[in-house]
Amino acid sequence: MTLLRFDDWTSPVPPVEREVLSRLVEGEDLQPPLLFVPGPGMGAWVFAEHWLTHAAGRGFPAYALTPRENGDLRAHVHDVVQVAAALPRQAVLIGHGTGALVVSRALGRYPARAAVLAAPVLAASVTDRWATLGAAVKANPLGTLRRRPRLNHKQLFSAGTDADAYLSRMTFPRRLAARGPVPRPVASPPVLVVGSPDDRVVPRKSLDRVATHYAGAPLLFPGMAHALMLDTGWAEPIDAVLDWLTKQLSAVG
Amino acid sequence: MQDTPDIADRRDAVCVIGAGASGLTTVKNLREHGFAVDCYERETSVGGAWNWRHDRSPVYANTHLISSRPLTEFPDFPMPDSWPDFPHHSQVLSYLERYAKHFGLGEHIWFGTEVVSAEPVGDGRWDVTTRSTGGGSSRVQRYAAVVVANGHNWAPAKPEIDGAEDFRGQVIHSAQYKDPAQLRNRKVLVIGAGNTGCDIAVEAAQQATTVWHSTRRGYWYAPKYVLGRPADQVNDRLLKWRLPLRLRQWLYRRTLALTTGDLTRYGLPAPDHRPYESHPIVNSQLAYYLGHGRIKPVPDVTRFVGGQVELADGRRVDADLVITATGYTPRFDFLAPELIDAGDDGRPDLHLHAFARKHPTLAVVGLLQPDSGVLPLAHWQAVAVARWLRLRRQDPARAAAVQQKESARPLQSWSRRQVVPSRRHWFEVDHIAYLKAVEELLHEMEPRA
Repeated sequence: MTLLRFDDWTSPVPPVEREVLSRLVEGEDLQPPLLFVPGPGMGAWVFAEHWLTHAAGRGFPAYALTPRENGDLRAHVHDVVQVAAALPRQAVLIGHGTGALVVSRALGRYPARAAVLAAPVLAASVTDRWATLGAAVKANPLGTLRRRPRLNHKQLFSAGTDADAYLSRMTFPRRLAARGPVPRPVASPPVLVVGSPDDRVVPRKSLDRVATHYAGAPLLFPGMAHALMLDTGWAEPIDAVLDWLTKQLSAVG
Repeated sequence: MQDTPDIADRRDAVCVIGAGASGLTTVKNLREHGFAVDCYERETSVGGAWNWRHDRSPVYANTHLISSRPLTEFPDFPMPDSWPDFPHHSQVLSYLERYAKHFGLGEHIWFGTEVVSAEPVGDGRWDVTTRSTGGGSSRVQRYAAVVVANGHNWAPAKPEIDGAEDFRGQVIHSAQYKDPAQLRNRKVLVIGAGNTGCDIAVEAAQQATTVWHSTRRGYWYAPKYVLGRPADQVNDRLLKWRLPLRLRQWLYRRTLALTTGDLTRYGLPAPDHRPYESHPIVNSQLAYYLGHGRIKPVPDVTRFVGGQVELADGRRVDADLVITATGYTPRFDFLAPELIDAGDDGRPDLHLHAFARKHPTLAVVGLLQPDSGVLPLAHWQAVAVARWLRLRRQDPARAAAVQQKESARPLQSWSRRQVVPSRRHWFEVDHIAYLKAVEELLHEMEPRA
C-alpha cells in the first residue's frame, strides 16, 4: 500500500485516446462489468472475436481495452484504471498474457470486484523470468531471441485455428519492464488464475506460482495454446471463468 | 445496560454522518472492510459542499479546484485524465456522483435525514437520534461506531463589525456569493485574504466598478502554474527530492520573485511568516488586477460609520456591497463538546485530526486543510478508521497495543506548527507529513498474513 505517489503527483501519465470495445446487456445490469485487458501488441479485437459476446450473452456487460502504443507498464496500468473507473459499476478485471501483468499492478490501485489472470506472464521472480524464457526458446528459438520477441502460431494456437489471419493482426512490441514486487490487491478481491499445461509461453510451474501468490490453484485447460480467447476451444475457459465469477459474486451476497 | 424497547439495535453497523466527499469515501471503505453502514444525509443528494443545489454549499458559479487533479482525486478512483488540470466544481460533483454509483453507495445512505444527537452508551456503542430534515418524529438506533463527515465549510463565520445598522449598502458573507452578476456595476469591498476572498476580488475586478480588498496580514500569493506545470506538482517534485526546508523556502522566494513579484509595491502587507509556515494563497490573477489598479488593497475594516466603511488607517471607502470572505466554523451540534475534546472556541482536539482521544469508536473524516486536495487524505483517513474498527473487533489486544503506540506519536510529526493562530489554520496539515503518519498507522494495523 503506497500512500505517497510522487510519480502520479509530479508527472502524471499523458492522456491518450483509448479504444474500448464493448458488448452490452439489454435491460438492467445485474452483473458487474467485465474489463478484458490483452497484452500490448494484441488489441481489444482478440476478445471481441468470441469472449465479449459470449460474456454478454450470459448477462455480463463486457468491455475490452486496446493497450496504447509504446506505453510503459505505468502507462498501461494507468489506462486500465482509467477505463475501469469510467465504467458504471465496480468492474471485474481480466488480463491475458502480459495484460495479466498489467492487471496485477492495476489491482494495487483500483478496488476491483474480482480479477482473472489468464495465461499470465507476470515474471514476478527471477526464476519465473528464466522459466518463461526457457519455454519460449524451446518453442520458438529464432523469435524469442529478437529485441522484440515474436510469438509463432505454435505458441499461440493449437491445430485447427485460423492462425495466419490472427497472427497478421498482432504486433510484437518490446517486453514490458516490471520493477518491484506484485502489489497486494486493494479491497482483497477474489483472484482466479487460468491457463493451460500445454501453453508454450507460460510454463505450468509459473501458473502454479502466480496462483499461490493469490492463495489459490490454477484452473487448467489441457490441450489449449497461449491464446485462450482465440484458440479452437475458446468457449471452455470463458465459461469456467463466468461460472467461477457467478459463484464468487453470490457468495458475497 | 438495559435496552429500551424503542431503540433499534443495529449491532455491528457503523453510523456515518454526511454524504459529501468525506462521507462517501467513509461508506465505501467501511463496506470494503466488511461493515454494515447507515449513512445519514440531511440533503436529498450526495456531494455535500460540492453540490451547488444544496443550501449550505459554498460554491459559486466560477469555483474551480485550487489543487491540481492528480493531487485532488481519490487514489483508487481517478478523475478522467481528459479533464483539465483544475476542474470546475460541477465536474467535481459529477465525479462524486459517479463514485457513489460505481461503488453502489446509494443503498446505504438515508437522504433527507439529519442526525440530532449521538451519545455514547458505554461499551463503545452509540445511540444515534435521527429525524427527517425540517421536522417530524425522531428515531433512536444503536451503533457500534460513529464516523462524522459533516464537513467544515458550511457554517459561515461572520465578523462583528460595529455600526452595521447605519450602513446603507449590503453586507453578505461569501457563502451567499453565487454569481458574478451580483457584482456588476457595484462598488465592492471584499474582506479576507483567503483563497475565496482573492477569487471573489478577482471576479469583482472583472465585473464591479470599484474593488477594495481588505486584508489584515500579509500572505504568500502563489501562482497556479510554475514552469508550465501546476504549481503543486512542481512543489511535490521538490519534496520528492527531499530538499531541506531552508532550501525550499529559498527556492520558493525566488520562484515568487520571478512570477508573482513583490506585492508590497501595490500596498499589500508583506508576509509576516516564512514560506511553508502556512499554506499559500493560490491565485494567479490577483497580482494581475492589482497591477492594473482594478483591485485596491486596503487594511482591516474597523467599523461602519456615516454610511461608509472605516479602515484601520482612518480612511473611509464608499462601498455599496461588502462581502465578508471570512471562512467557516466547524460545527458538531449533535455531539457534546467533550466527546471530541472541543475547547470554548469550538476547536476539536483529535488524534490525526480524526480519532477522538477518549472514545475509540468515534472518528471524524475530512476535517483537514491540506496543501493538496482533501479527498485523497479523507480516503486514507477512512481506510485507517475502517482498519481500526476492524482490528478493535477482531483483535482487541493488538488494537490496544496500536492505541498505546499511537498515543506516543509526536504532534509535530503530522500537524503543522501554528504560526498564525487563527481559525483559518486550525486543521492545516502538510499532505506529505500527514500521509506518512497515516501510512505508519496503516502498517501497524496491517492484517497478519
